[in-house]
Amino acid sequence: MDRFMTLLMGFLSVVLVNNFVFTKFLGTCPYLGVSGRIDRAFGMGLAVTFVTALSGTLTWMVDAWVLTPLHLEITRYICYIVIIAGAVQLVEMYVRRFFPSLYDAFGIYLPLISTNCVILGICLFLDVWGTNNLLAAVVVSTGTGIGFTVAICIMAAIREELALADVPEALQGAPITLITAGLLTLAFMGFAGMIK
Amino acid sequence: MTTSDSSTSGLYSKVLFTGIWRENPTFRLMIGMCPPLAVTTAVKPALTMGLSVIFVLICSNLVVSLMRKILKPHLRIIMFTVTIATFVTICDLFLKAYLPKMSEILGAYVPLIIVNCIIIFRAEACASKSGPVVSILDGLGMGVGFTLALCILSAVRELLATGHVFDIPVMPTAFVPWLALQMPVGAFVTLGLILGLINVLTRKRTVSEEELEAAAVQPMAEPQQPATA
Repeated sequence: MDRFMTLLMGFLSVVLVNNFVFTKFLGTCPYLGVSGRIDRAFGMGLAVTFVTALSGTLTWMVDAWVLTPLHLEITRYICYIVIIAGAVQLVEMYVRRFFPSLYDAFGIYLPLISTNCVILGICLFLDVWGTNNLLAAVVVSTGTGIGFTVAICIMAAIREELALADVPEALQGAPITLITAGLLTLAFMGFAGMIK
Repeated sequence: MTTSDSSTSGLYSKVLFTGIWRENPTFRLMIGMCPPLAVTTAVKPALTMGLSVIFVLICSNLVVSLMRKILKPHLRIIMFTVTIATFVTICDLFLKAYLPKMSEILGAYVPLIIVNCIIIFRAEACASKSGPVVSILDGLGMGVGFTLALCILSAVRELLATGHVFDIPVMPTAFVPWLALQMPVGAFVTLGLILGLINVLTRKRTVSEEELEAAAVQPMAEPQQPATA
């Protein structure tokens, strides 16, 4: 039960308190760029969640069971990036085989997920946070992906409304998006005291 | 001979300056937005980050340009990222050895240069299509443009949040530090306002580019008045 609570807290922490988009600025490119429509944002979020969970877990396993015992930490970044690219390739093949319409909708964005900061970010932060067991690595990396999905969906919903709003001429486009993102960050800071 | 020489040097300077202003990666193209938001709490880490990106960008552009003939379409992105990851590892180890304090402050953001869109974008859009010299200049221009953007943003944030610039106190003692600017909110809002200011200024075609560069720093002067009053 105690262990379950720790895992739950870890999960809530990466979804709300340490949300990668709001506190670490990772994945801001798709967050500001692709989030024009909520359905596409949700699909993108799910794809990222899946790749994040898969590659976070795989990199943790490779790091803990191969690189550290063999003292090959120096090749860490290259290994990470190859694992992520492989995971993205797997997802791409799977989606193309079983969901061809979704595959067409994603287009170029699917292979580009491999350069999404959230994914490499979770691989690196698992190490920084000293995650020391496989289950925690799985839960934290899945949570990070869900946190990203939450952020990008909220943003897409606001952007849909914003299209109708009367924005000052100078702030139209990117500036108002950034200011909106700043205010959202402020809102999510309210969760800061929730855990620990 | 002389005309071809001057046209090549004209091309080179055009390639170089495109990245610095006309297609500035942060202010104009809005790519690679993670470091400009994350490491700009003070000028020093921002400058370190900028220099690291210049190094990685030039080296990866050079290598990608040299191997542009053997690139396979479906393996392109992985070849780019592995090249970039190699140089980022070099950069990370260098920072850890010679600037351990900076390395600690920047933390995971140094390895995250690997997935910085600017570098992959330049590899894809320029280095995989052009010769080594153009690629190096393009890398330098984009890198300097990125570093300038980082410095402008971090100077505004550091000045208003601590009253220091480059760790040198510049504000009068009565200045009340505006700590919110050191938080994530400050990053988003400051960048948004700077972009808005650039929008206003670029609409006036008569304003020269140098004045624009200078004007981009102006928000420093405006909000500090109520704080000192």
